[in-house]
Amino acid sequence: METQILFAGFGGQGVLSMGQFLTYAAMEAGKNVSWVPSYGAEMRGGTANCLVTIADEEISSPITENPVTAVIMNGPSLDKFESKVMPNGILVLNSSMVDRKPHRQDLQVLELPVNQIAEEINNPRGANMILLGAYLQKTGVVEIEKVLEYFEKIFKGKKPSIIENNKEAFMTGVEYARQKW
Amino acid sequence: MEKILMKGNEALAEGAIIAGCKAFFGYPITPSSEIAEYMARKFPKIDGVFVQAESELAAINMVYGGAATGHRVMTASSGPGISLKQEGISFIAEAELPCLIVNVSRGGPGLGGIQPAQSDYFQATRGGGHGDYRLIVLAPSGVQEMMDFAIEGFDLADRYRTPVMIMAEGTLGQMMEPIIVREPVIQFYDKPWATNGCQGREPNIVNTLHLSADYLEERNHHLQKKYDAIASREKRAESYLTEDADLVVVAFGLMARIAKKAVMEARKSGIKVGLIRPITLWPFPDAEISKAAQTTKRFLSVEISMGQMIEDIRLAVAGRVPVDFFGRIGITPNPEEVFRAIMQVAEREGI
Repeated sequence: METQILFAGFGGQGVLSMGQFLTYAAMEAGKNVSWVPSYGAEMRGGTANCLVTIADEEISSPITENPVTAVIMNGPSLDKFESKVMPNGILVLNSSMVDRKPHRQDLQVLELPVNQIAEEINNPRGANMILLGAYLQKTGVVEIEKVLEYFEKIFKGKKPSIIENNKEAFMTGVEYARQKW
Repeated sequence: MEKILMKGNEALAEGAIIAGCKAFFGYPITPSSEIAEYMARKFPKIDGVFVQAESELAAINMVYGGAATGHRVMTASSGPGISLKQEGISFIAEAELPCLIVNVSRGGPGLGGIQPAQSDYFQATRGGGHGDYRLIVLAPSGVQEMMDFAIEGFDLADRYRTPVMIMAEGTLGQMMEPIIVREPVIQFYDKPWATNGCQGREPNIVNTLHLSADYLEERNHHLQKKYDAIASREKRAESYLTEDADLVVVAFGLMARIAKKAVMEARKSGIKVGLIRPITLWPFPDAEISKAAQTTKRFLSVEISMGQMIEDIRLAVAGRVPVDFFGRIGITPNPEEVFRAIMQVAEREGI
């Protein structure tokens, strides 16, 4: 079993760290993982993206043309990557920043207004973790209970308040998916 | 054993420290800078030396001086910076000073771009500087190998008294994978040639100027003998499903792993295709290629360049079977497009 997930958005939306968090969590859960970022000019202001591979077997290619899932944080990323998602794949959309519906009919589309939710819980920097929580609750790529155990380890060296904020955001996403997806 | 998640560049830097590297001299450039950053953080804590030099020329000459003292020293850069270092590398090769030079490579020519490439293959394997010299060139294909080859690179450098280069695509420097952190190296080589204080002995001299024609030729014969020894012992490659292959893909570095996935997919479509991954770019594993040339119908060189390694493949094949090429630059080909390239050759040639 091998899953490849693309995370894409503006630089500053926490796209790379979101992918990194998932990579850590999947590694802790005993999976083979890789994390490949876009780097350089793209990161400096434009769009940022990273590709996470999670597999039971050894990972040959950490790169793909067609990820199974695309987690899209903004409009330009939808324009750029909608056509790339594998047939019958999953599109997770931040509907706060994407103002159109996907064109493709074969994709499973999961929408949530991440920025709006983040403001509602007064945790504007937690938007990426809300989305990640919702995504994991829906897909089970890594079990939620396990992810919660890994928080301290993954955020090692960070202030307890930062860890708590991220956890809260993550669980808000989990709840959202439980109720609406 | 517990694995930790590391960036390729950081794994390489940590590998160098594990190998006993004591000094880093460099000048930052994307996509290699994390190596310098890692050393800048770590070396002050372990009594090492980190210098951000005023230029690449200065950095490589600091490596020259540092290596002469017998310490394990290194530098890291990317294409444009490695070009600037070539004069120093030629001097280091002739002075027979062991050191590690890392090229986390990007696309050229000129300043080119910062996206990953393998188009410094000629520069790495032919000697970008002047004179008859060679570098041992290792091409890692994953983050674990970034660490392991740094350790291995220092060992080869000391064993043969020669500069060693690690060449890795930018992506490999930037990506993260879980790795096992190796045990520190504790056994080191005697370096009676080092300029480390000559109290009680004759001074050692490091010099590359040989105005006597006879002596210059003698020096070149000496170096050549060493390169022959390296070539006979250190060629490394991995072969995958080549025994019955009608088409053999050749790729190195991270590109080899991407090509492997394409090969697996092509096998599922019934195409008898295999893969050879050169691990040492110099010495080039020509025996492995030559052996496959006895049974396969065709080769396909897949590179992130406009076609450089293909020349070494052709030399090894020696005209026995055709060698095709697929390459891109500024972008790392994904497995799907390598698969299409394989299928195109297979269809065209009835494989």
